[in-house]
Amino acid sequence: MVENRPISQILTHVVLILGIVFLGFPVWMALVASTHPGEALAQSPIPMWFGDQGVANYTQLLTEGSPAVGGVALSTMLMNSLLMALGITFGKIAISLLSAYAIVYFRFPFRMLFFWLIFITLMLPVEVRILPTYDVVASLGMLNSYSGLIIPLIASATATFLFRQFFLTIPDELVEAARIDRAGPIRFFWDILLPLSKTNIAALFIILFIYGWNQYLWPFLITTDQDLYTIVMGIQRMVNVGEGLPIWHLTMGTAILAMLPPVLVVLAMQRLFVKGLVESEK
Amino acid sequence: MQKRVVFQNRWLPYLLVAPQIVVTLVFFIWPAYQALETSFYIEDAFGFSRTFVGFENFTRLFNDAGYLRSFWTTLVFGLSVTVLSMSMALALAVAANRVIRSATTYRTFLIWPYAVAPALAGVLWFFMMNPSLGIVAYWLEAIWGYDWNHYVNGNQALLMVIIAAAWKQISYNFLFFLAGLQSIPKSLIEAAAIDGASPTRRFWTIVFPLLSPTTFFLLVVNLVYAFFDTFAIIHATTSGGPADATSILVYKVYSTGFVGQDYGSSAAQSVVLMALVIAMTFIQFRFIERKVQY
Repeated sequence: MVENRPISQILTHVVLILGIVFLGFPVWMALVASTHPGEALAQSPIPMWFGDQGVANYTQLLTEGSPAVGGVALSTMLMNSLLMALGITFGKIAISLLSAYAIVYFRFPFRMLFFWLIFITLMLPVEVRILPTYDVVASLGMLNSYSGLIIPLIASATATFLFRQFFLTIPDELVEAARIDRAGPIRFFWDILLPLSKTNIAALFIILFIYGWNQYLWPFLITTDQDLYTIVMGIQRMVNVGEGLPIWHLTMGTAILAMLPPVLVVLAMQRLFVKGLVESEK
Repeated sequence: MQKRVVFQNRWLPYLLVAPQIVVTLVFFIWPAYQALETSFYIEDAFGFSRTFVGFENFTRLFNDAGYLRSFWTTLVFGLSVTVLSMSMALALAVAANRVIRSATTYRTFLIWPYAVAPALAGVLWFFMMNPSLGIVAYWLEAIWGYDWNHYVNGNQALLMVIIAAAWKQISYNFLFFLAGLQSIPKSLIEAAAIDGASPTRRFWTIVFPLLSPTTFFLLVVNLVYAFFDTFAIIHATTSGGPADATSILVYKVYSTGFVGQDYGSSAAQSVVLMALVIAMTFIQFRFIERKVQY
């Protein structure tokens, strides 16, 4: 057995605790700031322990919003974020399942061409083709709409590859058995393939939900209508307030609310999350 | 690549791939083609007409000191984020791999930042380092008498976005390093320990080399993250400033196109970036994928 010295054991825990503190500290400060009245954050040093305005601040944010964003209630923004995140997640999973199914279980002309077309999307992140994509969405009349927020982001090479990889591990005997029982391709997909893919879908769901929720540039570009702001993008209006100073206690409250849903998803479904993360990167 | 047993159907497979292909063509391939085409034209100030100029947009770009500086900034930024977040993640993963009790608790507290949006990571650190009331800026001043003001000092602004970007990426790297460490056979370490190798020596001669596939994989993923996914951090906090000190390439595409309205140049920048992503994706698949072990 490898030696076990108490010193190195202590060092191990020290490293881990330092890491946790480093990762947690910014969130701690944000959380603390969001429970103070605005005046408490006017001069340095700012408080390191909770104030008594937490309930009032969060109530104000959720019902009236921050004056910096023209008073859009954060509950509206959270709802928009949720709709966008779920739309992207379901959209990606649905169209990727279908295309992976077609590519693995059928032989048809141009199959490989389709495969490569999907592959290419990996190399074209939104950030590098901002303007032309914006033009396309504008000419389709999809600016300021949920479909504009969701549809352009639902193509997914990663999800397609993941499902393709998984379908390839499913034994051929299942298809043969299904065919003997006279099940057609749609029946096979619905009754056999889909139930078998449940765990993979769930794992991918977590990763894609986080991806969708955290979108920033895209909603920023195509929504000018305040009622369609998502929370991750909306916070930017509270930080960049031109000449004035940000209203810090409200801005930090918004940051906390914006990160809460995806963080909770990760913590609640840790095992699935790790599985999804490791597999979608293969 | 494909099943031995397949279904026969003339039109169903096309119907199945149609949604994915339509979205891909309309929102990916077509815009990319548009960027490529626009990069060879110069549009007049009112957008009424455009002239074909060949590679002029590109030559202009690479003779532009500002663009070249942005390349340099991107490189410094990307490498710093990668090295910083990977080394911290490795230290944490090695430590987490050693503890037996409460390992899950530690892991829980280390993985959550993955879920925090880059924009929010930026905003959190922007608050912490705010020159007038940020706690870090206050400590720097109070303890070392160091004057922190990222609104004025470009290097400090760059450092701030580097820290924010690295902070967010630590948990991702941590998970992959931990998976890599757990796949190293215990017997190898034990054999080395019996031969009298010290823990440090064991790490550098056994663990680290065996971890190299994971390290290479993370290297590429982190660089891609730093080059492209960090737009939000910069846009939400420094807006590329002060004086373009944090204007990395993806931010420059945006500011040239949307703010500066120079479409030809922005398109040429898009093309340059696409070439960069294609090269990195190629490296990832060609040299790394096969060697990574999970």
